[in-house]
Amino acid sequence: MAGQEAVIVTRNLTKHYGSITAVQDLNLEIREGEIFGLLGPNGAGKTTTILMLLGLTEPTSGQALVKGLDATRHPLEVKRIVGYLPDNVGFYDDLTARENLLYTAGLNLIPPAEAEKRVALSLDQVGLSNYAHRKVKEFSRGMRQRLGIADVMVKDPAIIILDEPTLGIDPEGVREMLALIVRLAREGGKTVLLSSHLLHQVQQICDRVGIFVGGRLLAAGPVALLGHQVMAGKPLEIELQAEPDNDNLFSALRSLQGVTAVERHGAFIRVRCAAGRDIRPELTPYLAGKGFTLLYLRARGYDLDDIYREYFQGEGYHGTMAG
Amino acid sequence: MARWQAKLKDWLDWFRQQEWFSGGLKTVFQKELADNLSSTRFTILVFLVAVAGIGAFYVAAQSIRQTAGEGDPQFVFLRLFTTSGGSLPPFITFISFLGPLLGLALGFDAINGEHNKRTLSRLLAQPIYRDDVINGKFLAGLVVLALVIMALGLLVAGLGLLLIGVPPTGEEIGRLFIYLLVTIIYVAFWLSVSLLFSLLFRQTATSALAGIAVWLFFALFAGMLAGLIADGLLPVSEDAAPARVLHNATLKQNLSRLSTTTLYDEATVTLLNPGVRTLGPVLVEQLEGAIPGSLPLDQSLLLIWPHLVGLIAATMLIFALAYYFFMRQEIRAG
Repeated sequence: MAGQEAVIVTRNLTKHYGSITAVQDLNLEIREGEIFGLLGPNGAGKTTTILMLLGLTEPTSGQALVKGLDATRHPLEVKRIVGYLPDNVGFYDDLTARENLLYTAGLNLIPPAEAEKRVALSLDQVGLSNYAHRKVKEFSRGMRQRLGIADVMVKDPAIIILDEPTLGIDPEGVREMLALIVRLAREGGKTVLLSSHLLHQVQQICDRVGIFVGGRLLAAGPVALLGHQVMAGKPLEIELQAEPDNDNLFSALRSLQGVTAVERHGAFIRVRCAAGRDIRPELTPYLAGKGFTLLYLRARGYDLDDIYREYFQGEGYHGTMAG
Repeated sequence: MARWQAKLKDWLDWFRQQEWFSGGLKTVFQKELADNLSSTRFTILVFLVAVAGIGAFYVAAQSIRQTAGEGDPQFVFLRLFTTSGGSLPPFITFISFLGPLLGLALGFDAINGEHNKRTLSRLLAQPIYRDDVINGKFLAGLVVLALVIMALGLLVAGLGLLLIGVPPTGEEIGRLFIYLLVTIIYVAFWLSVSLLFSLLFRQTATSALAGIAVWLFFALFAGMLAGLIADGLLPVSEDAAPARVLHNATLKQNLSRLSTTTLYDEATVTLLNPGVRTLGPVLVEQLEGAIPGSLPLDQSLLLIWPHLVGLIAATMLIFALAYYFFMRQEIRAG
């Protein structure tokens, strides 16, 4: 499925805006045919990175290579093979959907007859055929976003970069959008780089993700591996619900061997194990023996939810993690 | 010789290839041209300018017909453009006053409009050179303005033929065409001003207002301000020495020539009125023994040569500034 050749490579890519560092020493490799998710909170430097990959912004230092071409020195060649859907894409409101796409085709020097064909095909694929002759000002947010995808498809690029493609559209729209992206990558054999701060939405379709915070890439890899990477060396935490939920339950849990702390977090009780220990095998018979019924059990730290929290929430958390 | 030609041919081939490789300029130009021609604001402004121009012209034609045979029969055709009839100012005054508005209207939202519509980053992500965008916009605006001004000028000339029935001489036609050309340059100056403002201000309303402010300043206040400064630097009392009065007048005129509107007005008056022999102050002794007559076209042109150079230079300078800012602008999506 995914080839091994790296099509997007960055080497110590750095960008300063005055005294602000937007991107710091970014080293990234994206392989042919994969869907890579660049995940991070707002202002993490995702858009800056993308603009540098397209040669629209000059890096302060370092290199961005797309198919071996330096994006700063050969922006035209790079832009010819890369399709870009900007964050919150805009169109010319007074033109129809078709006219907007034909303009893009013209800028890409696609001959008129071929352009007409491609525009019709792209509009059909994103389900906007019936709106081809409508002016874009009548379009909803979700339709504009889909038109944006069609705009990228008209160009038929080998690499597609999508900046926040699911932002601001309803859940059904998100589902359709993600399905469209997957189809593009799998059937069209395109390499897709997408950025998002909504991990839940994109984790389902990404082959690999990179966690990007404060201009630095903290971790990169498949979602499953990332969990281990994040939680490596940390004591296991278990979230559970049991009945009857009273003080006896707490003292029972505390007295279990290998447990270092028991805390209440909303509806759940969080149990921290001693380093290197996993109490889950013993827990169920133990609680049953004491007359408690286990309703819910989950090991924290191995899904994206926890990775998200670990990395994204506040600077303060990093201190405790490192310590 | 042959080598030199071969080199030129190589360069031309290279140039064509570059153009073809990008191709952005042509596409952007065509789209902007279509946008400009179909926009409502363009229709409104052209209508306004045309009505004002044709009105002024019609009144001028009437008054020329009434006074036919009384005065100097020379250059009747050109007087259609410079004669004011009753309450209406002449055609050239209208164009001088309203022309800038045309230029401003076509450019004030050129770049910041794209920014606000969020189309700029998508546009620049296509394989085109960045300057194709601003060049294409400027050229499209220029072509539209040239079309409008030429059409209006020729319309008025044609109506003039019908109304007064005096065919223009070759020199008159030449003067008319140069006048229209100068007008195009002048309006192009305002187009580049509005392009610059569309880069400096993020809000289209702000850049439109800034453009109108500069226009009003040049059209109305620059002359007054020049007088104020000249009087401040070289006060002229009632019994001042003639040399001082002359100095004051020269300074006043030179200061007001910093405004492109003054340059344009002086240039067009000289072009359309061959009787204008000098633009500076004239002493009585210089007039002594002078034979009244009109200047030939080449002498008129010589008189306004500095004005033309100044106008073209100002247009290019402002456009170069806009170009510079556009090339250096950070393209942030937000």
